[in-house]
Amino acid sequence: MSIEQDEIEKIAALARIRVGEEQMGDLSRRLSEILDMVEQLQAVDTSGVEPMAHPLDATATLRADAVTETDRRAEFQAIAPAVEDGLYLVPKVIE
Amino acid sequence: MHDLSIAQMAEGLREKRFSSVELTQHFLDRIASLDERYNSFISVCGDEALAAAQAADAVLAGGEGGPLTGIPIAHKDIFCTSGLRTSCASRMLDNFVPPYDATVVDKLRRAGSVNLGKTNMDEFAMGSSNESSFYGAVKNPWDASRVPGGSSGGSAAAVAARLVPAATGTDTGGSIRQPAALCGITGLKPTYGRVSRLGMIAFASSLDQGGPMARSAEDCAWLLQAMAGHDPLDSTSAAEAVPDYSASLEQSLEGLRIGLPKEYFGEGLDEQTAVRVRAALDELEKLGATLVEVSLAHSELAIPTYYIIAPAEASTNLSRYDGVRYGYRCEAPEDLYDLYTRTRDEGFGDEVKRRILVGTYALSAGYYDAYYKKAQQARRLIKQGFDACFEQVDVIAGPTTPGPAFGLGAKTGDPVAMYLEDVYTLAVNLAGLPALSLPAGLVDDLPVGLQLIGRHFDEARLLNIGHRFQQATDWHRMTPPGGAA
Repeated sequence: MSIEQDEIEKIAALARIRVGEEQMGDLSRRLSEILDMVEQLQAVDTSGVEPMAHPLDATATLRADAVTETDRRAEFQAIAPAVEDGLYLVPKVIE
Repeated sequence: MHDLSIAQMAEGLREKRFSSVELTQHFLDRIASLDERYNSFISVCGDEALAAAQAADAVLAGGEGGPLTGIPIAHKDIFCTSGLRTSCASRMLDNFVPPYDATVVDKLRRAGSVNLGKTNMDEFAMGSSNESSFYGAVKNPWDASRVPGGSSGGSAAAVAARLVPAATGTDTGGSIRQPAALCGITGLKPTYGRVSRLGMIAFASSLDQGGPMARSAEDCAWLLQAMAGHDPLDSTSAAEAVPDYSASLEQSLEGLRIGLPKEYFGEGLDEQTAVRVRAALDELEKLGATLVEVSLAHSELAIPTYYIIAPAEASTNLSRYDGVRYGYRCEAPEDLYDLYTRTRDEGFGDEVKRRILVGTYALSAGYYDAYYKKAQQARRLIKQGFDACFEQVDVIAGPTTPGPAFGLGAKTGDPVAMYLEDVYTLAVNLAGLPALSLPAGLVDDLPVGLQLIGRHFDEARLLNIGHRFQQATDWHRMTPPGGAA
C-alpha cells in the first residue's frame, strides 16, 4: 500500500513534526515500505485473542499516599530553554 | 591489565597489585589513545572517574567494599547521570544535563563501580547499526569499515576494544544482544521488569529493558547482581526476589534440555554463521545438554508486530520533547505550533521521525484496530508460542543475528532491510523473556553470536550455561586485531 502526501501531512501535524516539501518524496516511499511490511499481520486470524499490552500482564501497583519528593523546581527550570519568574516561556498563545 | 576479567580485577585490587586509580587511569588512557578509531564514547568524565576511584581505594584499604568496588564501567548514553550530559545520541538532548541519576546508575555507583563516561548509540536507541547517532557512527573494532550493531553499539565496541571492562546497554528489540554478537562480547537482556527503567530514557515502554554487556557471562553475572531488583520508582519493575547469580554459575548442564526452533535455522541465515552456531550447540551437548528440535509458532509475526508496537509506543513517549521544559528549542519560533513542529523537525534525526510518524499513523483514528490492536493480539500469539516451547525444553537456542557485521552505509538507505537484522531477537522483547548472546566464533574474521532464551526470571540459568560454555571454549577471549594494542 502507498501513503499519499495529504495523509503524511495529516499525521505529521498530529505528531507535531514539520515535514518539508523536499522530504516528502523519500518519506512517502519509506513509510509505504514499512506499512507494506507490517501489512502481513492482516492475514493472521486473531479472533478471540485478548490484546497483550504488557509482557507480564501486570497491573498497576499502589503505594502509600505519602509525600516522598522534595521541591526541586529551581533545578528543573535551570535546564529549560526559556523561563521567567518561575514560569516556562513559550510564544504568545492568546491574542 | 585490560585483559583481566572483572573477578580478576577485583582480586588484584584486594591484593593491592594495583589500585583503582591505576586501573581507572589505564582505561582512561586507552580511551584517549584508541577511541578516535571507534567513536564509542560520547562523553568521558575522567576527573569524576578518578575521584570515584580514589574513594574506592579508600574503601578497599579499610578492607571493605563489594565485588565491583573500584571496577571501571561505562553507561550507555540513554541512562540519566546527574550533572553529566545525557544525550541519547540526539540533537534534541545535546544540551541535556539531568538533575537525577537513573536507578541503574545509582545502584552501580553504590556497588562501588567507577563510571568512565557515556557510550555512543543509535539516536533514542532506534537502530541496529549505530549509524543514526547525532555524534557519528561507531566503528566495529574487528573491522572499522563495518558497523558494531546497535543500538548499544558504543558499549559493545568499547568492551570489545578493551576500553572498558563492562558497560550498560538497553534492549528494546535486540539492542544489547545484536551488538554484543557483532562485536564478539557477551550481552544479557534481562526479563522485562528485572531491572528498573527509572531514568532510562524511554523508547518503547513495554519492551525496553536495561542489562549488562561484558566479555564473559561471569562478568555479566556480577553486573546484573548490582543492577537487578524492584524499584519503588518504577511501577513496572518486578517484585521478584533477586537470586545470587554467581552462586549458580558452575552448575552442571547434565539433563538440560535446549530447544532449537527450526524457524531460527531456516532461510535467511548465513551458512557459515549457521555452522558456528551448530558447533557451539555441539559443545553444549558435550557438556551434558540434550538438543531438541522445536517449532516456535508465530515467530514469523515478530517483525511486523514489533514494527507497529515499538513505533506506537515511541510516538507517545517522544511527544514529551516539545522544546519547552528541557532539550533543544528552535530559533525564533513564530507561534506555539511553529515552536513544536520546527523543534521536533530539527531536533530529531530521520529514523526517529519515521518511527514517530509510523506510530502516530498506527494509533490514529480509523487505523487503531487494524494496526495497534491487531499487533497486540499477535503479540499474545507470539508469547503463547514461547510458552508451548518451554513446556518441552528449559531454554531455546539459535543464532543472535542472521550473519556477521555488515558494512557501514550498507543498509542506511533501506529501513526495512535494517529491520530484518533483528529477526531472531525481536520476539524475545515482545514476550518479555530474558536472553543472552555469547561469542560463538568467527566468520571471515568477524564474530557471530549464539543466543540463549530463557523462561521469565531465569537469568541465572542462562548465565550458568554461558559460563560453562565459556569454560570449555575460548571465543569470548578473542581480541579484535590491533584492538588490544
